Amino acid sequence: MRDVFESTLEKLFTDHVPVETVLSAGREGWLPELWNIIEESGFALASAPEELGGAGASWDDLFSVLLLCGRFSLPLPLPESLLGNWVLGKCGIAALSAPMSVAAEAQLIWEDGAVSGTLQQVPWGRYVQQVVAIVADDAPRVVVLETAACSERVLSTNTAGEARDDLVFKQTIPTVSAPLSNILAADVLTQGGALVRAAQMAGALQEVMRLSSHYVNERVQFGKPIARFQVVQHQLAVLAEHVAAARVSAEAACVESTDNLALLPVMAAKICASEAAGIGASSGHAVHGAIGFTHEYSLHLLTRRLWSWRSEYGSATQWSDELGRAVCKTGASRYWPTITSGALSQ
Amino acid sequence: MTIDQFKYCRIPADAERLRSEVRQFLQQTLTDFPAVRRADSWMGFDAQFSRKLGARGWVGMALPKQYGGADASPFSRYVVIEELLAAGAPVSAHWFADRQSGPQILQYGTQEQRDFHLPAICRGERYFCIGMSEPGSGSDLASIKSRARPAGDKWILNGQKVWTTNAYHAHYMIALVRTSDSESRHGGMSQFIIDLTLPGITVRPIKDLTGTEHFNEVFFDNVELDGADLIGSEGQGWQQVTAELAVERSGPERFLSSMALLNTLIEMVGEHPDRLQAREIGRLTARLFTLRNMSLAVTQQLQDGNNPSWAASCVKDLGSVFEQEIPEIAQLLTETLPTSSGGSDHSRVLAYLMQQAPSFSLRGGTREILRGIIARGLGLR
Repeated sequence: MRDVFESTLEKLFTDHVPVETVLSAGREGWLPELWNIIEESGFALASAPEELGGAGASWDDLFSVLLLCGRFSLPLPLPESLLGNWVLGKCGIAALSAPMSVAAEAQLIWEDGAVSGTLQQVPWGRYVQQVVAIVADDAPRVVVLETAACSERVLSTNTAGEARDDLVFKQTIPTVSAPLSNILAADVLTQGGALVRAAQMAGALQEVMRLSSHYVNERVQFGKPIARFQVVQHQLAVLAEHVAAARVSAEAACVESTDNLALLPVMAAKICASEAAGIGASSGHAVHGAIGFTHEYSLHLLTRRLWSWRSEYGSATQWSDELGRAVCKTGASRYWPTITSGALSQ
Repeated sequence: MTIDQFKYCRIPADAERLRSEVRQFLQQTLTDFPAVRRADSWMGFDAQFSRKLGARGWVGMALPKQYGGADASPFSRYVVIEELLAAGAPVSAHWFADRQSGPQILQYGTQEQRDFHLPAICRGERYFCIGMSEPGSGSDLASIKSRARPAGDKWILNGQKVWTTNAYHAHYMIALVRTSDSESRHGGMSQFIIDLTLPGITVRPIKDLTGTEHFNEVFFDNVELDGADLIGSEGQGWQQVTAELAVERSGPERFLSSMALLNTLIEMVGEHPDRLQAREIGRLTARLFTLRNMSLAVTQQLQDGNNPSWAASCVKDLGSVFEQEIPEIAQLLTETLPTSSGGSDHSRVLAYLMQQAPSFSLRGGTREILRGIIARGLGLR
């Protein structure tokens, strides 16, 4: 399914998500017509099983979708919808097609069928109709909450100007809830968020690379394109290595996340893509010179997202810390076998 | 887009099956192999080990069965190689023959050359070194001056090679030399298979800053070569070398040189790392995991019969940065003082690899050359 997803969505994004659209999303916050187009395409449901309204797409299939979201700086919660519907599907809940998001950071209490607490930093929180969250207690539960039912909102935007909102709920009855599937960890939304952001960053980095290579071949100074200067060539060579690393690591995380998220590849992807994000933003701006620093030129649409996404769903530091503790615990003799097996030893 | 060359792939099951066999073999053959020797990684020389490996059919795997090889896929060879490297096995005796000289002879050699060399290579008994760099020609390999002049049906070779790893122990060298004048920079060169016992050849080891003698100078003083020692076509040396270098650069040794130190570090840190140790070791683990996946993507290209040169250059450059940062990070994470003698396994391996580290981005193509190759692939040159 990956190839057909890629060609279909690439055409759709080329037609409907040009730079001007992304810029206008920066002004208006939410583009309802664009969401309708996404909804009509069916892509937001793709990750749910067929019997629950989806296409039964795997993360392997969806890798190209996530890359494209990153490449085009899609200003909508398509990645979040895919993650939310995947989790709902695992728990036997039908896919949601209305604008939706996920809340990986949530302090929720379940009492007599109602949910109380705060969903933090919900992507597009103020604009979506529903949010998928997990009540993490002795009997973890997945819930879908109507944003209209929240009692309070604390609004903020990330570095890219995208909404990241806290939503407070007081004894709200979820539209639907179910026990969390016992194959999913209580922090599955954080792990899944790390996966989708890694792939989005890989896509954005690819586009930074493309824009930068094009620019340095066009921009003439001292009588020749600046691409001819060794320092520029080497800077972009290093960028290319990191773009490749981000891409392979994100693809590995998607391909290996079959029945469940594959934790080691997901951590490696988030760590490597986050590191690449910093290098990509820095190199992209360096070779573009002042023009790349303007609002009018499209580079910032990518770099501000890279700066945002690298910190979301666990920074490189957080995941490195967790990964380092895990491998030290199992010791040096298990280290290389862990690498070759692709799974953390228990 | 060139980045698309990096497609994630899994190792096929039949190749993966070799892994436990190799691990078992290593457990038996390298039981008391000290950490300091493992740190020598693929530069460690042990003819007996090479022969044992050859007897198991794990040298020259990619070569055809008729020569004692295994007709193995690139992935099968990859699994065996990475297990050897991760364990720091002493593979250098047969390394160059296995990695490039054997395949070079298969690709460009006459039937006689193949019959003469390939079976011995596969037994782990015939050792090769690479004659490319000269004192005046490192990164600018095309500027070499060693010259073979025709003399009837023979050639008389004069000149010098330098930085030749293992020449002191090798039986043969495949050397790039000038055989004619040419207007083109890359023309007029040829490759010869040179018997290093011939009169007129002097091999002098070069001691590196750790005191080890991996490198050598090799002098040719009116060395008489047979016409049959030419490999491939006269005047095609540059093209042949380019193909050889693509193969040379595509393996997992390009990011595994410091594995011994990563192992002693994790052992030293123990089960309960502090925050800095956990973070740095975790980050290194993510990089290692990803470099391996990038290397597998290169292997897939070899399997598909594509030229892996661009992708291999990316992996080598990123890999050497990784190899070099391991000693730098390791020395920040514990208070261990590096020692070049005495001390613990960790302090010895730390000192050794810290000193060897600069060579990781020099050998097999310097960092600057590799980045130029990558830039060319991006359309910037």
